[in-house]
Amino acid sequence: MSMAPPAPNLPVSLAANPRLSSWVKFTVEGRVAISPGKVEIGQGIVTALAQIAADELDIEIGRIDMIRASTATSPNEGVTSGSLSIQHSGRALRHVCADVRQRFLHAASERLGIDAGLLDVADGTISGPGNVRTSYWELSGDVSLDHDAVAGTVAKSAIARSMAGQSIQRVDIPDKVFARPRFIHDHALSGLLHGRVLRPDVSGARLIALDEGAARAVSGLIAVVRDGGFAGVVAESEVAAEAALKALRKGATWSAGQPLPNEGDLAGFLRSQPVETTVVDTRIAAAPAQATHSLRRQYTRPYIAHASIAPSCAMAQWNSDRVHVWTHSQGVYLLRADLSIVLKLPVENIVVEHMEGAGCYGHNAADDVALDAVLLARAAGGLPVRVQWTRHDEMCHAPFGAAMAIEIAADLDADNEIVGWHHAIWSNGHAARPGRATQPALLAASEIANPYPRMISTNPPAANGGGGDRNSVPLYDFPAWTITSHRLLTMPVRTSALRTLGAQGNVFAIESLLDEIAALRGEDPIAFRLRHLRDERAKDVLRTAARRAGWRPQKQSGIGHGVGFARYKNTGAYCAAIAEIEGTGDDIRVRRLTLAVDVGEAINPDGVINQIEGGAIQATSWVLKERVRFDLERITSTSWTDYPILTFSEVPAVDVEIIQRPEVEPVGAGEAAHGPVTAAIANAVFDCLGVRVRDLPMTRDRIIAAMELTS
Amino acid sequence: MPVIQFQLNGATVAVDTDPDQTLLDVLRSRLGITSPHFGCGAGECGACRVVVDDHAMASCDMPMWSVADKTVVTVEGLGTAEQPHPLQRAFISEQAMQCGYCVSGILASAAALLKRNPSPTEAEVRAALDRNLCRCGSHNRMVRAVLRAASEMSSS
Ligand code: FES
Ligand code: FES
Repeated sequence: MSMAPPAPNLPVSLAANPRLSSWVKFTVEGRVAISPGKVEIGQGIVTALAQIAADELDIEIGRIDMIRASTATSPNEGVTSGSLSIQHSGRALRHVCADVRQRFLHAASERLGIDAGLLDVADGTISGPGNVRTSYWELSGDVSLDHDAVAGTVAKSAIARSMAGQSIQRVDIPDKVFARPRFIHDHALSGLLHGRVLRPDVSGARLIALDEGAARAVSGLIAVVRDGGFAGVVAESEVAAEAALKALRKGATWSAGQPLPNEGDLAGFLRSQPVETTVVDTRIAAAPAQATHSLRRQYTRPYIAHASIAPSCAMAQWNSDRVHVWTHSQGVYLLRADLSIVLKLPVENIVVEHMEGAGCYGHNAADDVALDAVLLARAAGGLPVRVQWTRHDEMCHAPFGAAMAIEIAADLDADNEIVGWHHAIWSNGHAARPGRATQPALLAASEIANPYPRMISTNPPAANGGGGDRNSVPLYDFPAWTITSHRLLTMPVRTSALRTLGAQGNVFAIESLLDEIAALRGEDPIAFRLRHLRDERAKDVLRTAARRAGWRPQKQSGIGHGVGFARYKNTGAYCAAIAEIEGTGDDIRVRRLTLAVDVGEAINPDGVINQIEGGAIQATSWVLKERVRFDLERITSTSWTDYPILTFSEVPAVDVEIIQRPEVEPVGAGEAAHGPVTAAIANAVFDCLGVRVRDLPMTRDRIIAAMELTS
Repeated sequence: MPVIQFQLNGATVAVDTDPDQTLLDVLRSRLGITSPHFGCGAGECGACRVVVDDHAMASCDMPMWSVADKTVVTVEGLGTAEQPHPLQRAFISEQAMQCGYCVSGILASAAALLKRNPSPTEAEVRAALDRNLCRCGSHNRMVRAVLRAASEMSSS
């Protein structure tokens, strides 16, 4: 009996949006519009996608206009997150463009009377023997792209691509150095009004009474908007809106808030809450070995703020019962879904259009401010309203990356070899994004009259890399393990997706404990890791980083080196990091980070390096400095002074090597470095100062506390 | 309201404004200058920095009365795509950003630095940029770009 070969699948984004014309359009002579559903968040995705399209279509990249995502026109690719844009959008576009090229070759073949196999495309011009020629644009009347993509289209082989693998310059950078408005913040709509929203200082407090008199007296005020506990102002200018808000704040009466946990004992808080427990993975030893002793360690990381350099901003404009929204959300369709619930309007009445904001490292307040703008714009008589959050709002009302407590118990035999491994996580969920549930996730939805309950964050399923449990299953070949995740069912501090979700915490824990065990055994930490890895790509990044950093550097007093490794989500990019730190007394400084990374095919190698450098520096900032501060009543880290991040003088040198694998499907790079860098710094601190700091951030106080514990 | 006059990117401008209004607000909302960005409004992030009489200053907490008769340069006045300032060229060559929201303020700090110190060391560049925050972690590329611009300027 013969079996038909399985039908090849379309790339996921294409299966969901198969219509070719939703991705590619030949517009005016010589131009091609490429319309991905993923958005630019400072990661350079738009350029990498243009490279892919240019390759498959055989056109110069300069002819491509990359269209910003909008629910009016773009394919629905969900959310731009999880380092999946190259995987989703890139694969879809490669497939679509190969299909489109084939269709045009057929049309050209008919028109020119030449076998399609003899035709060639160069910069959009199709030519064949005898100097016959036509072009995509000449043929665009004959070729309809209103067809669905079919599975089985064969894209070019890696070797035939000329743009992919090149570090071409990013298409958005000239605008940004020549001050051409590109950010949503800089976009001037005609008749634009300005809105500001009133939010409580005390966490969980609700607006119960409001004296609007003083605000109404502010010159330039257009409207005071009140909807239950949601209140805000619309004014002619930002200055007037701010003045009115200030006046409104004086007239506000708030209910008592909801108490926040004790920031000094996050682990105690996390480990004492009601939880939903999941066994993430177990491995049972084929031949159980006898453990003689066990090492049990607890690691914590605090709540971490996205802290984009720009406060969140959105614009909205109503036209009777239709509304147009401009947003820097990571997911225009998902935002639209939530807006539709709150507004009780069909999605067809809402257009959500993306415009670039500042770098976004996960689910920040971009979506929240969009609903704010929509609610305020109702009072604007059809004029557009722009709402911008304050720095204070951004630092205390936007969702944070979830705090984590992680306990690992490693069972060891008499030679300190690992025979069992128990990894348990206590954390709030790492995702409460809009558009995923029957209730909205937007902040104002929990404030309006008839409010929706605040959504308790959950974790994405394991198939999507998990959430709090992301990277908790070791890539190492230990004989047995149990991995357990306890997700909190209470959420006094609002959490949602922050770059890497739980991976940074889990990799920090795993790689720190491995280092400790290697040290117990007197074994080189890289050799120890290599001995437990079976995956050659994993070993390659470790060896490459080791070679590049001159591992193992001579021991010098006051200098320490440490290593960290992970494959992001266990399915994405491989990354190894080696940190060199300098320790004087109880103060540390990260001097250098050396990283090796394997993302498969690196479409734009410099773009990958840029992402890895950025990730490494951001992770260093998290590790050394960052921690959302609060007392029992309110978030207190509401400015850059109270929430310091790494400065230019504190930034380490970062050296990155890419292992290029053009034949392997590309994966994203934006989140690969955080876990490995965190662990590498922690391990370097031990190498330098002889203490294991297991609580992030590794501030001076924490180091002193760890030293006291050791002595 | 008084009329306050100052030099902006080589031209004289006069604005009728509340003297306590900030330079950032006047630039953005009155004069169509969008390169200085709002980040914190408290002089802490540098996104709004512009060059005032050869010094890089936060424009978000600079009242208009203090700008009278001063010379203000923003990225709009630094150069154009046709005639870029060496810093602009260098930021492109080094691909020195991720999101780029912080970049105008950083260009302002760097331009002021190169004016007073045409051949800075790496440490001097970092020190000059210490009041500019970059959340994306593009610092090292930016430092390389400033050094590249400096060497280009000194060799021309
Ligand atoms: S906006 Fe002026 S320093 Fe932050
Ligand atoms: S490049 Fe995004 S903040 Fe600097």
